[in-house]
Amino acid sequence: MKKKNQETQEDLRVGVFICDCGSNIAGHLDCTAVTEYAATLPGVVYTKENLYTCSESGIGEIQDAIRKHQLNRVVVASCSPRTHHPLFASSCAQAGMNPYLFEMVNIRDQCSWVHMGKKEVATGKAKDLVRMGVAKSVSLEPQDDIESSLVRKILVIGGGIAGLSVAESLAGMGLEVILVEKQKKLGGLLRSLNTLENGADAEERVDTLVQSVESSANISVMTAATVKKIDGYIGNYRIIVDGADGTAEEETVGCIVVASGAVPLVENGLFGHNGKDVITQMELENKLKDSSFAAASVVMIQCAGARDAQREYCSRICCMTAVKNAMIIKRQFPLASVSILYRDMQMYGDEKEQMLWDARGMGINFYVYDPQQPPEVGEGKVRFFNTVLGEPKELKSDLVVLSTPLVARRDAGDIAALMRVPTDKNGFFLEAHAKLRPLDFAADGIFICGSARYPVTSVEARTQGIGVAARVGAILFKDRLVKSAIVAEIDAESCVGCMGCLNVCPYDAIVYTREAGVCEVQEILCKGCGNCAATCPSHSAILRGYRPEQLLAQIRAI
Amino acid sequence: MLDVGRHPKIELMAYSELESVEGSAGCFTARVRRKARYVDASKCTGCGACAEMCPTDVVDLYNEGHSLRKAVYSWFAQGIPSTHAIDTRYCRVFQGKKCGICQKKCEAGAIDFEQKDELVDLAVGAVIAANGYTVFDPGKIPEYRYNQLANVITSMEFERFLSASGPTHGHIHRPSDILVKKEIGQLEKQEKRAAKGLARFEEKHGKPSADFYNEYKTGEAAEDEALEQWAKKYEEYLPIQERLEKLRTTAESFRTAKKLAFIQCVGSRDLRFYPFCSGFCCMHSIKEAIIAHEHDNDTTSVIFGMDIRAVGKGFDEYRVRGGNNSNIRYRRSRVAEIVKGDNDNPVLVYEDTREQVVKREEFDLVVLATACQPADGMQELADILGIDINRFGFFKTLPENPLDTTREGVFVCGCAHSPMDIPESVAQASSAAARAVQTVTHANLLKVS
Repeated sequence: MKKKNQETQEDLRVGVFICDCGSNIAGHLDCTAVTEYAATLPGVVYTKENLYTCSESGIGEIQDAIRKHQLNRVVVASCSPRTHHPLFASSCAQAGMNPYLFEMVNIRDQCSWVHMGKKEVATGKAKDLVRMGVAKSVSLEPQDDIESSLVRKILVIGGGIAGLSVAESLAGMGLEVILVEKQKKLGGLLRSLNTLENGADAEERVDTLVQSVESSANISVMTAATVKKIDGYIGNYRIIVDGADGTAEEETVGCIVVASGAVPLVENGLFGHNGKDVITQMELENKLKDSSFAAASVVMIQCAGARDAQREYCSRICCMTAVKNAMIIKRQFPLASVSILYRDMQMYGDEKEQMLWDARGMGINFYVYDPQQPPEVGEGKVRFFNTVLGEPKELKSDLVVLSTPLVARRDAGDIAALMRVPTDKNGFFLEAHAKLRPLDFAADGIFICGSARYPVTSVEARTQGIGVAARVGAILFKDRLVKSAIVAEIDAESCVGCMGCLNVCPYDAIVYTREAGVCEVQEILCKGCGNCAATCPSHSAILRGYRPEQLLAQIRAI
Repeated sequence: MLDVGRHPKIELMAYSELESVEGSAGCFTARVRRKARYVDASKCTGCGACAEMCPTDVVDLYNEGHSLRKAVYSWFAQGIPSTHAIDTRYCRVFQGKKCGICQKKCEAGAIDFEQKDELVDLAVGAVIAANGYTVFDPGKIPEYRYNQLANVITSMEFERFLSASGPTHGHIHRPSDILVKKEIGQLEKQEKRAAKGLARFEEKHGKPSADFYNEYKTGEAAEDEALEQWAKKYEEYLPIQERLEKLRTTAESFRTAKKLAFIQCVGSRDLRFYPFCSGFCCMHSIKEAIIAHEHDNDTTSVIFGMDIRAVGKGFDEYRVRGGNNSNIRYRRSRVAEIVKGDNDNPVLVYEDTREQVVKREEFDLVVLATACQPADGMQELADILGIDINRFGFFKTLPENPLDTTREGVFVCGCAHSPMDIPESVAQASSAAARAVQTVTHANLLKVS
């Protein structure tokens, strides 16, 4: 064993790159000393300190060194592998080194940040970590990426404006779409609206889109249908859809888009809500639509059932809806008095703020109320504390309209469970990254758009729907799917089939084969979390790139 | 950014401008001017040796004018590509002076003073305008005295102050203090020079200049041309030293800014300038106040706004958290005026609507949330692209197709479309990409031909 190790060490050519990260790392530890130290470690033939290893020049230096010094291991000591491992590994691959022979050490989060102001401690720890990283890199093995086929078909769940836009765009790119809608008719929430914010007829607008979708040869629409089962993985999801006539249809799709929307909150008793003289904005839309609206003085209350202890979020679209409906009333009945009681008018952006200017110009009254003393509704009056004038005020009201938030659908959790994707505390679907990946789920091949994620206007829903099409296209226009080889494997020889790993796998990537009496990993589903390896009592399950001997080499180097 | 730079299917043309777009959707010819950098991109490794040796200091606009860069520079350290460029407005060579140090220092031999602009014709199927926005110049609002009061800054300047790689390394020094420290630095140099001159005399006559000067003034010293020169030198030295002492005493009391005011809607929701809401400033003010508090737990902030528009997923929760955990108070008010107070502290004059009184409140530093103004050169770009601009100055689109401009095959996303925050811009960028793909798919191309 010892002899074998010695042999490999002679062939090893490790390059170590230490990143200053400007002053982010170099400001708090001695990077030059760490670099000099790294050069003394066994197997290390090249070291370099970079101002920013992740910069174009830093990457260039790694690639040049791999070629010039025939490096077969690269260790970068810099920031978080979460953000930068893929970049460095793929850069190594470009220079001809197997990317799985790359190892990363985090001397920013673990040294310069946590030991700020203690330069010696930070430097010492950085040396330790680099030594451990080099020790691990030495025992790494080359791997090949895992490849799998792709089905160029997409399941879209939800036939509202977001789902329709996804389907239309994907079909426009030449991809096949299965659009599943729970209701009998496509169109979603827009069907119940009177007009859109720009005054266009909501139903006409959605009908145009529905026609375009229904007439597309690439889209098969299933209404009054629900998705019953989803399994498989990116590129090859097997789905079962229950159709209108009780038939179940099986399909295979490459990607899934969730566009299941949200519903307006209707809460009996909220500010005396009774559906007659205290109604929601959605009920007002209906009244305006069928011309049954009649009231001389209207008071609208914003944030009804939102931005409170129970529902902390702002529902984004209700201020715009209130102003839109107030303007419609004022246009039809110029003598009607319309007042909006609000906390903050959320008329963000250009067109909406313009609506607010116009609404004020039309004589619609705006009053700020105090959430600590919410308006009281009763006997044809609304009483509230006017915080701008610092005094209580009373308004006559024939009709009180509550601007209630959009809330998550009750069955959102069921849909989420089908795909094992997360929802947030308000029941909306949780995207991979709030800022940088708003349309993706953390799980590969599944996407989110429209109000199922968070309330949006019809224009925003359409934008997001079209955007998802690009995200899907980026996957399905490839010939094959390539994924990381850092997955688990189970040694069939030593596995006793206890199924301990099966129970801890969050991705359902392990199956038990009855014939052989052992557990097996489905590589394409495995995300490389390592739960199985940590659980397995017979050490049969291991995680590639994190084998016990590799981790022990790292630990022994301390 | 780096991912884009490294992507095999993306050709980055930085420091380039679009000159014309001919043809129609599916088959455009776009003419791009690759501006001369005077640095050969194929040779430059981005090492920065040129900038290190360049003798010409230039105000660094990346740091909002709060630091200096060189005449040969890269816009910021991690920029893509890392190729440097020479700013011909300042470079000594282009000003007809002798220099060329960068050329000598560049080991890659990348400096090329003879480089010319290059015109490139690109055959493209679709065009996406993502030219962003320009930060509103608050100097246009006389009552906020942005140009007169050093301690009234924009949020972009504040961002740079908060940045670890910014001009103050993440500490919130007041700009007025920085100016004083700068003056101290200059005076120290002058004092050193003057003291050196005096030392010659002191050594020769074996007494300190102050003693001699007393004698000279009282007429005890002998009349001598050399001595008179000594006295004259000392008279020059005295005011420098006096001012230095005074400034040093002042500087002793300098502390980082702890009492911050944020003023919202500076240039937006204002009919004199831009009627629209810039959408993201309420959130960035809250974020900046939270970060300032994280940096120094004694920091308190007041955010003055007509509405606090925390409209986005998790945004209102963030606003509440800022109030509960980060010493932020939100005050519904449109600040009327900023005046100069003691110790260079800006004083805000505003009406407290709850108490029905006009208040004057002193702060260490005031941060202006400046408007998202349509990008400079919007009209020129619209003319080149052959597209229309809407009444707010952004590229015109229709609500049915929010990415499509008035010319087929030309799309828009981000703040060139309308003011919007990061998640919205990211989502829109994907959408614009989808529209572009649709334009160039085979079926649609057949239709075009």
